[in-house]
Amino acid sequence: MTKLARELLFPLIAVVAAFIVGGILILLVGDNPIVAYRLLLGSALSWPDGIGYTLFHATPLIFTGLAVLVGFRCGLFNIGAEGQLYIAAFATAWVGIKFANLTPWLLVPFCFVAAIMSGAFWGAIPGVLKARFGSHEVINTIMLNFIAVALVSYFTQYHYKVPGDPILQTAEISPSAHIARLGKFIPGFPERIPLNLAFLLALLCCLLVYLFLWRTKWGYEIRATGSNPFAAQYGGISIRKQIILAMAVSGALAGMVGINEVLGYRYRYYDGFSDNYGYTGIAVALLGRNHPVGVILAALLFAALQHGGIYVDGFSEHVTKDIVQVLQGIIILFVAAEAFFKWLVGRRIPGTALKVNP
Amino acid sequence: MRDIFTLSLIASTIRLATPLVLAALGGLFSERSGVINIALEGKMLAGAFTAAAVTYAADKSLGMGNASPWFGLLAGMIAGLFIAAIYAVSCIKFKADQVVSGAAINILMLGIPGFLSGAFFLSSGSTPQLPKDHLLPQSPVVIALAILALVAAIWYVVYKTPFGLRLRSVGENPEAADAAGVSVSKIRYSGVLLAGILAGLGGAYLSIGQSSLFTRNMTAGRGFIALAALIFGKWRPVQTLLACLLFGFTEAVSIQMQGVFKLPSGEDIPVQFIQMVPYVLTIVVLAGFIGSSRPPRALGIPYQKEK
Repeated sequence: MTKLARELLFPLIAVVAAFIVGGILILLVGDNPIVAYRLLLGSALSWPDGIGYTLFHATPLIFTGLAVLVGFRCGLFNIGAEGQLYIAAFATAWVGIKFANLTPWLLVPFCFVAAIMSGAFWGAIPGVLKARFGSHEVINTIMLNFIAVALVSYFTQYHYKVPGDPILQTAEISPSAHIARLGKFIPGFPERIPLNLAFLLALLCCLLVYLFLWRTKWGYEIRATGSNPFAAQYGGISIRKQIILAMAVSGALAGMVGINEVLGYRYRYYDGFSDNYGYTGIAVALLGRNHPVGVILAALLFAALQHGGIYVDGFSEHVTKDIVQVLQGIIILFVAAEAFFKWLVGRRIPGTALKVNP
Repeated sequence: MRDIFTLSLIASTIRLATPLVLAALGGLFSERSGVINIALEGKMLAGAFTAAAVTYAADKSLGMGNASPWFGLLAGMIAGLFIAAIYAVSCIKFKADQVVSGAAINILMLGIPGFLSGAFFLSSGSTPQLPKDHLLPQSPVVIALAILALVAAIWYVVYKTPFGLRLRSVGENPEAADAAGVSVSKIRYSGVLLAGILAGLGGAYLSIGQSSLFTRNMTAGRGFIALAALIFGKWRPVQTLLACLLFGFTEAVSIQMQGVFKLPSGEDIPVQFIQMVPYVLTIVVLAGFIGSSRPPRALGIPYQKEK
């Protein structure tokens, strides 16, 4: 088997297996899995709404998938993308409101910097805690998620809400901070679909993350730390520096969700806007085999499911959009337990048993 | 501070701490055996949904009446056990990454209850309301006594029985335990399954004790607060209980104060800052600023037997 085929095989098996398990569940509750799956996936292909919304939903997932990927490559598990993107989205809106008088040429880059730097800052905190005190980044990122949500909710409620507004959201950002929706450039693609320039930024980030990790010294050192910290340290790499750097880059990528949400879609900070983007990012990175190209493919799959969920809710009798999260959970479980499939294959075809957990 | 410690606040602290104590003590068994448990949240959700659904069904279809919540409770524990079994096989037999599997369980359990209630109750994510007399006992005195008895029992099991000794040794030094003839995977299976039962119980108390139905994502992060309490309690039963009471107290305060917490000096503290307390404390303790909180040495590392 070539390397590429091998890389594609297990994610593909995991997805197919998850759909089979999901199909059995749908049968058990008395619906037709083929009808449900056609609603779930078929709607994503319609032009322009299906494709437009799928790409729009894929945008935050590419960012968070890349964020989790950079952490994984350094041997770190960033469960904190959710908190990082909340802090960043709020900071983006704050700049868009506070500096409303700037021209677009200044304000938009300024908002970008706010999103990236605030995400990087929130991501660097667990990095510093791990590098300095050795405390586990998984626990700290989970805790920081809750702190971030409470913090931005406080600022929104007490300082930036429009008085009398029943919804927990900030005032609108300056029109100078808006970034263009893609409908502006594509004939026949309506501007009401919120797909915007942030999608192209997400694709650019995939390329940049690839170049950073595989073509720069810093990226090499991050990967060396991830694959064998002891050897890396022996080779003269400062593990502590790599941990902080990787967490900051990871946070910055998660923070860019704020660009899509605030500058391209809602034009304000809306409390509780994230549809578990940070946690789905874990699924995206894992299914995408921690490679930027894989992240794009996995983000598209999960975005299509997310969009299709609405149709399943509306047009099938028993199945609800919860099937999307069920499928997601089963997919990650199967991806995590890769050894399960190797064990299964090894038992079916004697002699092909792969070594479990080499 | 006079009007903070009212009787009703103490009662509500006990009620709110109960699901946390149950889940955190479950997490203790799992983590002491060396298996990280970020899936407590998912197991609580499984317990909460199953308990509410079975309580409803036991009354409607079997005519169990007042006995139905006890069936619900049992079913909630079995649901936690079932989810824990999936987690255990994935982490122990197939040596999957424990954090990844835990995250998978949590995402899966965000979906399953809604999926099933959509199918069975034709609702979007909640079970039908249960009548008042079909709920678990809620007297704070009864609950407090039950919790104290449970903590005492768990303390005894962890520190005074051969099983407890094996549990701790497997979490600290699986190689040595293995060499001494202890089956590392058997002990870890027991730890993870016990965690499932207790977290399921905690979830059940949430839906058919504190509340009277299951609603979408009703745990709202309590599994993670339980994990935080376990860390804040340094992986020890009594300290974990105290941590849960503290975190239950912050929750009770933020509910009773309805948005603002008045300091004696007359200044207001927004409720969001009170909600942050458990999480900030956990980070501070884990970093070693208040004493040191050291996890079991083999926590999170799959055990590979030497061939």
